Amino acid sequence: MLRAGCRMALDVGSSGDWDGRWRHVQKFLERSGPFTHPDFEPSEETLQFLLETCKILVIGAGGLGCELLKNLALSGFRHIHVVDMDTIDVSNLNRQFLFRSKDVGHPKAEVAADFINSRVPGCHVVPHFKKIQEFDESFYRQFHIIVCGLDSIIARRWMNGMLLSLLVYDDGVLDPSSIIPLIDGGTEGFKGNARVILPGMTACIDCTLELYPPQINFPMCTIASMPRLPEHCIEYARILQWPKEKPFGDGVALDGDNPEHIHWVFQKSLERAAEFNIIGVTYRLTQGVVKRIIPAVASTNAVIAAACATEVFKIATSAYVPLNNYLVFNDVDGLYTYTFEAERKENCSACSQVPQKLQFPPSAKLQEVLEYLTENASLQMKSPAITATLEGKNKTLYLQTVASIEEKTRPNLCKTLKELGLADGQELAVADVTTPQTVLFKLNFTS
Amino acid sequence: MADHKTNKDQRYDRQLRLWGDHGQEALENAHVCLVNAAASGTEILKNLVLPGIGAFTIVDGHRVSGEDVGNNFFLSSDSVGKNRAQATTELLQELNTDVSGNFVEENPDRLLDNDPEFFHRFSLVIAVQLEESTCLRLGSVLWNAAVPFLVCRTYGLVGYMRLVVREHTVVESHPDNALEDLRLDQPFPELTNHITSYDLDNMEKKDHSHTPWVIIVAKYLQKWCREHDFQLPRNYKEKEAFRQLLREGIRKNENGTPEEEENFDEAIKNVNTALNPSKVCVSVEDLFNAEQCENITSQSPAFWVMVRAVRDFVQAEGRGSLPVRGTIPDMIADSDKFISLQNVYRERALQDAAAVSRHVESHLQAVGKVCIWGTLHMWNAAFLRVVHCRALVEEYGVDTVHKDEITSCMDNPDSEMVLYLMLRSVDCFYQQHSRYPGVYNYQVEDDIVRLKLCVHSLLQEYGLTVNVKDDYVHEFCRYGAAEPHTVAAFMGGAAAQEAIKLITHQFVPFNNTFIYNAMAQTSATFQL
Repeated sequence: MLRAGCRMALDVGSSGDWDGRWRHVQKFLERSGPFTHPDFEPSEETLQFLLETCKILVIGAGGLGCELLKNLALSGFRHIHVVDMDTIDVSNLNRQFLFRSKDVGHPKAEVAADFINSRVPGCHVVPHFKKIQEFDESFYRQFHIIVCGLDSIIARRWMNGMLLSLLVYDDGVLDPSSIIPLIDGGTEGFKGNARVILPGMTACIDCTLELYPPQINFPMCTIASMPRLPEHCIEYARILQWPKEKPFGDGVALDGDNPEHIHWVFQKSLERAAEFNIIGVTYRLTQGVVKRIIPAVASTNAVIAAACATEVFKIATSAYVPLNNYLVFNDVDGLYTYTFEAERKENCSACSQVPQKLQFPPSAKLQEVLEYLTENASLQMKSPAITATLEGKNKTLYLQTVASIEEKTRPNLCKTLKELGLADGQELAVADVTTPQTVLFKLNFTS
Repeated sequence: MADHKTNKDQRYDRQLRLWGDHGQEALENAHVCLVNAAASGTEILKNLVLPGIGAFTIVDGHRVSGEDVGNNFFLSSDSVGKNRAQATTELLQELNTDVSGNFVEENPDRLLDNDPEFFHRFSLVIAVQLEESTCLRLGSVLWNAAVPFLVCRTYGLVGYMRLVVREHTVVESHPDNALEDLRLDQPFPELTNHITSYDLDNMEKKDHSHTPWVIIVAKYLQKWCREHDFQLPRNYKEKEAFRQLLREGIRKNENGTPEEEENFDEAIKNVNTALNPSKVCVSVEDLFNAEQCENITSQSPAFWVMVRAVRDFVQAEGRGSLPVRGTIPDMIADSDKFISLQNVYRERALQDAAAVSRHVESHLQAVGKVCIWGTLHMWNAAFLRVVHCRALVEEYGVDTVHKDEITSCMDNPDSEMVLYLMLRSVDCFYQQHSRYPGVYNYQVEDDIVRLKLCVHSLLQEYGLTVNVKDDYVHEFCRYGAAEPHTVAAFMGGAAAQEAIKLITHQFVPFNNTFIYNAMAQTSATFQL
């Protein structure tokens, strides 16, 4: 209804939509075309599906998350949930455009949801200021598609494992309706990647674990007695001096976000560097090393999130055949993209149903098994907890994440597998942060 | 004052780690013009405002439509009817109070008629969703004024970018995989002296195992050269023999088994790196041969004075080599040995840089100018680059079109080149019918026939014997000139980063046409 005196008010219908609002999107939903997905049928109902029914989960409300929320909202998605356990920091503001200075300290998910909901009428983003691990299958099962903008490989693997655990097999045949597509994006400086994962069907995160090289930590002997780089001096202050000198009190952990803490590390690093005639220790470098900062800009996040959102749209509407299945992007020198099909790993510990093997002589110590689980490039577990069934009872052989149990089970690390009473062919159950489900290993004794 | 600086340092921390304080300064001194505040344009600006561009000015005569609000994050439901430049400026400005946002409620054609010099003030002009005729006019004005021009468009599921700049100099290209500059094939005197100071055979075990691999390789190269007529290992066979020589250098224990000496393992692994010839790379040679390097005048930009000074150095003090870079990779060694080795390279680099400065000074004096060091902060001779992107008029000229490039790409009829030809064809359509094909449903079928005629006349005009599949003609009618947000957002990120490269003179921009295919998630760069 036109109000007198204004230029031209929006004719907002009962659905909250105005004339032409979705015209850019409709052309892809209501017209046939030569490149559409074989399942595609032009219809006015697809738009209604997006607006009223389709439910998307966005994991992360940071650099990628903010972009994803905007992209999805402007593509017709209205029922969006977003999960992020973090609060806003000043250093986020150069790219996480849903946040302002006044929002620093507030939960990202909540501020992001508020902004989108007010800028894009009709869009209903539901925030969750929580860790992904705080939700179970019943939460994740409600979504048609899940899209991740995470900054942690562990979290990605957990999400990957969760969706795999939702798969239903009838007589060994995968029920397609139990598949929730996972779109995963990642960025670092001027590089990024976007991938489409159909759990149980295409390569999963763990299938391509080797694409993520394990994080390099400097050897302790270098840090302790042979520093050469300014980074070595900083790690010395962080790893050795801080626990020893407890500069801010007993039990006070080094907080990378506390400028006083960083300043202390910075001063100590300068002293260490001076001792060895090493130049290059700066406050910025100190912060970067302590917080393991990854440089980030708005543009790379924009590109990757856009590619991810395009895939969400394709999958939700069958408008086009989705990316199959991995896109790599780099704009350091011109713009470079590479698109390929990542292959499933035959014996993937997450998605193949091939039983995982552990091959050790009975004289091997449990410590060696632990090292294998963490160091093997295809497993890369973080702090695995190993249990086995012995004499009919479930026994924890080693668990790191609870201090009292760690202390109690630590002696087992020095015992041999034989001493622990393990037999050839025995099953070991391993739990780890990288997966919501326990991984079963079969122990094979070698001679 | 100090507080505000720290706050900006904090805010921009993550990007300062990529382009440094001097890059940020360049960004904050830049003023960018956006023509057309369509979604593709506002997405580009978002990615420039967030990192702190100095100022932007939007030129747009359109009134906001319901359709605009639907795909543009920087318009809200009460923007309809307002001038699009004004409405989007408000919401873009709000992203970052450090940035100065301006708008001109005017059609670019009118500005070109009445005040083309309006555009001369900008560091860069970006035009999105602009009709071909206006684009060519604007391109011409900017070319003559030497203002860089970036054209960007989103057309259905296709993204397009074209960079038009006469000469763009890259001071720091930051290559991903730069070769180390160790000079082991032609050690400078201080390096040779340093190597000589080591007596590997008579060292204590601890020192032997903690000698940097660079020293080890250098020592053994000296040995090799004495036994091979002063020739370095040249082929695979010789390099393998050299590796064996290194292996034999590993200390053995009482039983004759080799000890664990990781520094020797590193030396063996790095033989190829060590034997990389220390010669001037092709891209720098090209700079040396350029006319701008040869003729230094009072008008010469700082970049070319620098290149000339480096060339002079290479011909004089450098004896055929570039100034020493001065950095070495980390390697297993004790602190003293590593630091003293690093200092040898570092001090030489400082000396070489000083020599280059003297050459710069003498050229400046010769043309009567003052010191220009302020404008060229960090540089590394091996990483200097220059990019030339052709004028639009050459791309469009029947006699100057890059026929071969187009034809050979079209050997694969599904190459991204077909998307370029389709964009040119819809522009022909627009010229003829004053609208784009398939905007309304009822137009689609008939427009396919009309668009196909445009394709044929385009191919004929340029003498291109290529096959454009009917499927693409149909698809481009289907698009109906839609600008889906996700494709606009992709191009927004891509274009913004190219803009930042142009402004900071860091990292290498594309040359000169970039096509993004959102259907297949592929892209290609062509030089047209």
